[in-house]
Amino acid sequence: MNGTRIHKTSEHWPNEGVTQVPYGLYDNSEIYARERERLFLGPTWNVLGFACEVPNPGDYKTTTIGDIPVVLVRGKDGSLKGFENRCSHRGSLLCLERFGNAKAFTCVYHAWSYDEDGNLVGVAFQNGVGGEGGMPDDFRREEHGLRRLKIASLSGLVFGSFDFGVPDLDDYLGPDIVARIRRVLPRPVKILGYYTQTLRNNWKLYAENVKDPYHASILHSFFTTFRVNRLSQQGGIIIDGDGAHHVSYSKLDRPNDSGHGDQEYEAENLRADKDDFGLKDPTILGGQDEFDDGITLQILTVFPGLVLQQVRNSLVLRQIMPRGVDRTDLIWTNYGFEDDDPELTDLRLLQANFIGPAGFISMEDGAVGEFVQRALPGTNGETSVVKMGGDAVASSASRVTEASIRGFWKTYRGIMDI
Amino acid sequence: MARLDHHGAVSNLLAEYAACIDSDDLEAWPAFFTEQAHYRITTEFNHARGLPIGIIDARNRNMMEDRVASLRQANIYEPQRYRHIISAVRITGNEDRLIQAEAAFMVVRIMIDGSQELFVTGRYLDQIELSGETPLFAEKLVVLDSDKIDTLLAIPL
Ligand code: FES
Ligand SMILES: [Fe+2]
Repeated sequence: MNGTRIHKTSEHWPNEGVTQVPYGLYDNSEIYARERERLFLGPTWNVLGFACEVPNPGDYKTTTIGDIPVVLVRGKDGSLKGFENRCSHRGSLLCLERFGNAKAFTCVYHAWSYDEDGNLVGVAFQNGVGGEGGMPDDFRREEHGLRRLKIASLSGLVFGSFDFGVPDLDDYLGPDIVARIRRVLPRPVKILGYYTQTLRNNWKLYAENVKDPYHASILHSFFTTFRVNRLSQQGGIIIDGDGAHHVSYSKLDRPNDSGHGDQEYEAENLRADKDDFGLKDPTILGGQDEFDDGITLQILTVFPGLVLQQVRNSLVLRQIMPRGVDRTDLIWTNYGFEDDDPELTDLRLLQANFIGPAGFISMEDGAVGEFVQRALPGTNGETSVVKMGGDAVASSASRVTEASIRGFWKTYRGIMDI
Repeated sequence: MARLDHHGAVSNLLAEYAACIDSDDLEAWPAFFTEQAHYRITTEFNHARGLPIGIIDARNRNMMEDRVASLRQANIYEPQRYRHIISAVRITGNEDRLIQAEAAFMVVRIMIDGSQELFVTGRYLDQIELSGETPLFAEKLVVLDSDKIDTLLAIPL
């Protein structure tokens, strides 16, 4: 980002490093402003949505990067473009709909209009009326375009950055993350629906939560309560080189090579069925090994605010959107693929009961961040303890680790210079 | 006259349904549905575009019972209760031995610390079977006006 950096911070990191996180980072408006400036306007890639959400020339989608309103546009030539959703005249929002189609983008306030690249192409009454008024002669429309976004896509997922100096998306993500994103986006996407969960906590508390495999089987007790015995499970955590992004996954063991994922699911199914404590209708536990690798759960994050989730056959893009120091919107976009047969679509919809604000294994995540937020008043200068798994920021076979949380903070510190 | 009878039966069903949830008698909630009833919560945005996702999507009474069991035994959420306010009912159809009915609702959520806030508004799009001893929902589609759910949605609507 060009321009001077104005937001200083009084927060200091403890010498111990990322095994300790200052609680002050979660309720400090100075930090919030600095995050906007350095992180969201800075050299990060932020997910804007799926390319299939703007299929035709002129289609647009409004969203935000951090809390900064932006527009994703499909150009006449089919390419994807983006700009800040703010008129250069006196700052009104330009696009008001969530989705729309436009030949030109005209501000409602004084009708300045812009083309799909954000160039200012029209100024109402630029030359005045009847020789009176109007813009001065030295006014140059070309100097008043919209702030543009750099755009990049991967497997139909579209990212934007305000900073044209940001590394190429593939380099930013690293090969492991790229491969794991491709894994859950192998074919053209079909959107199954949206909802937004409003969290009463700082966005970083959710970012930590979703990078935290330690809590999963403790806070979310659905599987243990219903004695859904999981066959011996393999899994692990993959952390990219710098710690910014991560993948947590688990898979059902295949006893031998003849074992196919579907059968494993069925075996699991039966156990639940026969047990008194089991579900009355265990069809939610069924599934298809659609990626043919036995992995039944993959949670992937990209710094700062993207979560890509596979819980069995439920596939979701989640966007973590700061909405103030202690408010976060979590936007859930459920998806499948265009060539899904009706049974697979139905399975995705059924297994969506696991996730979201009413999810059997995720509803608690809507509240735990708030539990931390509400306890912040007494934390004056104190720090949390992020030592599970030592102080490493590295991939591991164990999921009883907070390594990916440390990775988040390592990257955060670098960009925030804190 | 038949229509008015339906109206009374449907209004009564909705009143009993709301009283059941609001008094935390969740174990009795599935009994308002036929065995193969479909209960789904979605948003007006998804509904208008034909997007099929549900926030809750239970395809039969067993799944509803599983959800109650999960709320009681597995899920963790702060103590809370609802107060439903349901509008007058519109009977919108009478097909296949089912009554189609629509009613608007508001739900206030009351937390244990006494805070009470408007949680959701929306409409019930119901298919109701009147042939049995008591009227039952054969389908209940809960369409929320807003896309936003504050914190979590544990108790059914
Ligand atoms: S603020 Fe947009 S035209 Fe004036
Ligand atoms: Fe969680």
